[in-house]
Amino acid sequence: MSDRPGFGADRVWQSGSPGLGAPAGTEWEMVVGLEVHAELLTATKLFSASPNAFGGQPNTHIDPVCLGLPGTLPVLNRRAVELAIRVGLALGAEVRPSIFARKNYYYPDMPKNYQISQYDRPINTGGSLELPSGKVVGIVRAHLEEDTGKSTHVGGAGRIDDAAWSLVDYNRAGVPLLEIVSHPDLRSAAEAREYVTELRATLLAVGASDGKMEEGSLRVDANVSVRPRGSAELGTRCEVKNVNSLRSLGRALEHEARRQIDLLSSGQRVAQETRHWNEDTGRTSLLRSKEEATDYRYFPEPDLVPLVPEPALIERIRADLPLLPRQRRHRLAAAAGQSPARVALLVERGQDDLALAAVEAGATPESVLKHLEQHLADGAGALTAAGLAGLIAMEQRGELSSNQSKAVLAEMVRSGGSPSEVAQRAGFEAVAAGELAGVLERIIAEHPAEWQRLCTGDERERKKMQGFFTGQVMRATKGQANGRDVAALLEDRAGTSADSAPG
Amino acid sequence: MSFDGPAARIAAAVRAGERSATSAVAESLAAIDAAGELGAFNAVTADAALARAEAIDDAVAAGDDPGPLAGAPVALKDNICTSGAPTTCSSRILEGWTPPYDATVVRRLEAAGAVVVGKTNMDEFAMGSSTENSAFGPTRNPLDPERVPGGSSGGSAASVAGGLTPLALASDTGGSIRQPAALCGIVGMKPTYGRVSRYGLVAFASSLDQIGPMARTVGDAALLYSVIAGCDPLDSTSVPEPLGDLNGALAADVDGLRVGIVSELSGEGIDGDVLSRLDAAATALTGAGAYVGEVSVPAAVYGLSAYFLIAPAEASSNLARYDGVRYGLRVPAAGAVDMNVATRTAGFGDEVKRRIMLGTFVLSAGYYDAYYAKALQVRTLVVRDFAAAYERFDVLLAPTSPSVAFRFGERTADPLTMYLSDACTVASNLAGHPAVSVPFGSGADGLPVGVQVMAPAFGEDVMFRAAAALERLLADVPRPDGAAATAAAKP
Amino acid sequence: MAERISRDEVAHVAWLARLQLSAAELERFTPQLGDVLDHAADVAALNLDDVAATSHPYPVTNVLRDDVVGPVLDRDEVLAQAPSSEDGQFRVPPVRGESP
Ligand SMILES: [Mg+2]
Ligand SMILES: [Zn+2]
Repeated sequence: MSDRPGFGADRVWQSGSPGLGAPAGTEWEMVVGLEVHAELLTATKLFSASPNAFGGQPNTHIDPVCLGLPGTLPVLNRRAVELAIRVGLALGAEVRPSIFARKNYYYPDMPKNYQISQYDRPINTGGSLELPSGKVVGIVRAHLEEDTGKSTHVGGAGRIDDAAWSLVDYNRAGVPLLEIVSHPDLRSAAEAREYVTELRATLLAVGASDGKMEEGSLRVDANVSVRPRGSAELGTRCEVKNVNSLRSLGRALEHEARRQIDLLSSGQRVAQETRHWNEDTGRTSLLRSKEEATDYRYFPEPDLVPLVPEPALIERIRADLPLLPRQRRHRLAAAAGQSPARVALLVERGQDDLALAAVEAGATPESVLKHLEQHLADGAGALTAAGLAGLIAMEQRGELSSNQSKAVLAEMVRSGGSPSEVAQRAGFEAVAAGELAGVLERIIAEHPAEWQRLCTGDERERKKMQGFFTGQVMRATKGQANGRDVAALLEDRAGTSADSAPG
Repeated sequence: MSFDGPAARIAAAVRAGERSATSAVAESLAAIDAAGELGAFNAVTADAALARAEAIDDAVAAGDDPGPLAGAPVALKDNICTSGAPTTCSSRILEGWTPPYDATVVRRLEAAGAVVVGKTNMDEFAMGSSTENSAFGPTRNPLDPERVPGGSSGGSAASVAGGLTPLALASDTGGSIRQPAALCGIVGMKPTYGRVSRYGLVAFASSLDQIGPMARTVGDAALLYSVIAGCDPLDSTSVPEPLGDLNGALAADVDGLRVGIVSELSGEGIDGDVLSRLDAAATALTGAGAYVGEVSVPAAVYGLSAYFLIAPAEASSNLARYDGVRYGLRVPAAGAVDMNVATRTAGFGDEVKRRIMLGTFVLSAGYYDAYYAKALQVRTLVVRDFAAAYERFDVLLAPTSPSVAFRFGERTADPLTMYLSDACTVASNLAGHPAVSVPFGSGADGLPVGVQVMAPAFGEDVMFRAAAALERLLADVPRPDGAAATAAAKP
Repeated sequence: MAERISRDEVAHVAWLARLQLSAAELERFTPQLGDVLDHAADVAALNLDDVAATSHPYPVTNVLRDDVVGPVLDRDEVLAQAPSSEDGQFRVPPVRGESP
């Protein structure tokens, strides 16, 4: 795919009209930091025992605590803590003693009108995420907090600002979230998408989240600013909310950056504000100005005690971490003598183990990568590494034509088996060298004029006739001849003819 | 000796089959009925209580032991959640709300055979020191109906002092058990923070709130405390430390016990009649072989200031949930925000509003560091200074309330004056230490005076040891007769 | 001494706390809150640079619960206590604007 994250070129904007602070022709770059909220894969809520499950009838996954009933108290979920630490370690963060805080603001889907979150002492600080492109994005923090319920706006075509009333479902209230905040290290929409894709793959790898953006288990807010390319200062940023898919992330960032550039180019200022991405109109609109920003009145949550992860627990979790996408890329890249970016697709598809085993079984890395990339987009099915290595070996021995090889591979994906068995079953007997020479002689005899043109014609004529004779041989052998063998034979035979031909 | 008192005697008789739980409960219900003008109860759960009493009698008849509080009637402050009865916190905003669950202390009471007879009146959301801030009208002091019973647990105190129930549970955030106990002449105790589960206690200030017992004797208070104390997996801040030998502590003498009078809490701002009773307590303890000395807890003078920053801050957040969306009162309005505002404006009384606004202010941008953050640091000083005092003394002694029960309306015009009612009690809440108020005679107008015994964290046993001794000694100490004693009491 | 809290600030915190004050209430509450803050001035004036904050009475840490599903509430019972409900959900007047 041409627009795969990380492979698209950074877009360069040129300001059209001269502005006060930005001369015409200024090249701009966008500066993006992302806040990703990932729902953790626990059985129960962060602070109580009702189920953490997507779907279900409204208000059926609720208990007194997650409903914020008077007198109830939170008790922290051990599994959520372990998953948060898993993600922290996967990001190379420092796992630290932490406390919970209350973030106070009113909204009907928040049962207590405060969110229990982490503020000045989060569980994970620092770390980084290496993208397939090789770019390293800094992580500020990854902290635990509880999710809110969901409001549905009824009447007025469901639009929030002219709804007749709203309905609230608290099934999601109290679901554990990990909020992962990046540094403003991203420089393009493509890079931002690549970051989210890589973060999602990392969360999935460690089993912390199912990463389903469409179900809201992965949600992205973007902090966007622009600046003249080469400038070291950060511009005024806007926070863009309601980005619900990778595609909308790209669109929203492009639009928001363009909007800010237009403002700056025409001598105006970017106001620090929160903006809402509207998928239908393809625009962002003002949600809250800086002046309207909520005073959250954070303070330490008195109903919870500090969380001080034992070093032994951290080490146990570290030892238990699976290979991360980044590690898989580097491993395969090293084995295949390629760059990590070159093998990213196979890691993304989960075919890197297969590729690595095939290379270790002796197959040429280039052939392995080519087969997997080009022919296994829909999955490797029953294909084994040994089978793939065997197939590549048969190709190299000239026992299969490229068409035959493709067919054998498809069959091995479908039902397994060794390449030789599959080839035999399909009747792909390689045409023996002597037999091939015989076929060629017969064809030469049937087409003397064409043969003459091949032997004595100019370069263009010879190429054309080589094609003609190769085609004839393939037809005569029903495509079973190996193309390379035929080419070699033709060259041989033509050389001989040319020598013996009468001057 | 040991766990002795009206409740202990009821339980002993019921367990022995000598009297029925039903008769004990019916007696209590009749007394409650007869004392309606006290305004002690928000709700009486007569049917459920009688049914429960019958079940206890059946159990005894079947040879089972219903537990150490078998058949003992208990009144609950109306901020303790009960699935069978509304829980209002004496606020319009929760009127009619019945929790779908029981507080942990309620489950513990039932497991011990106690019988809950009703929910008692209080200052709205436990904010007050006179029970004048109830949305349902004030509670009267059984000893003088023209006077307040103290607060915020005035209903529970009146129930016990008026003989309506031998026991009551209440909550203490800055003195709300001890001060009304003192003003009503009963025993009221605030446990070590974390000893008693807060699950099901409607929060006022989470880091200060504790549920504790009210009773007519130290023995009954200790018995009720021993039933409700214990670590609870539903409260992250509850603690597993063992209770110690309370029975032994109640019976022990005070020979050699080191008792410190806290200078900062027993001078300026305390009425003379109260100080003279503190003096009498010190003298009596000395006579019983205790070593009594003065001790300074310097940070105690900042206690009230820190308390009136921390408690409202936590309250402003704890009370944010009353918004008209999920339960309780809703005042209709065109939009959700307007509805929240209309509901809260109509649902909360003035004192609750004042504290919510104060708490919101001290947490808000620009003021947090000057007020809230400083108050948390002062809390550290309070803990540190008490720790130093407990290096030299086993228990500390102070008045519970600066004065005897005051008249209705006397302090309502000026909130700050009312707040000073908590001057002697808040320090224990800030430090999280246990403290108990024990009646020790009477002061002005023959009204009761309470003496407060404070102990280090988890020191309930030594605290009860000193309290039980004071109770015994009171019988031997001549009671002052009003004005003369007050005049003579100036230090 | 400068007033510790102004009328405008009281009005602002009332809004933050979702309370509405009449002009008379504003007049009454402002000095009352100012009195309490005055009383707290001794705390505000203390130099506590090297003093740690205490937000919990005791240094308990790591109180955790196992990730095991427990009982849920009966929806009808819960909604019966709600001021208004519809289709198994809590019904509220229209919410304007997004959650922050
Ligand atoms: Mg955020
Ligand atoms: Zn968040």
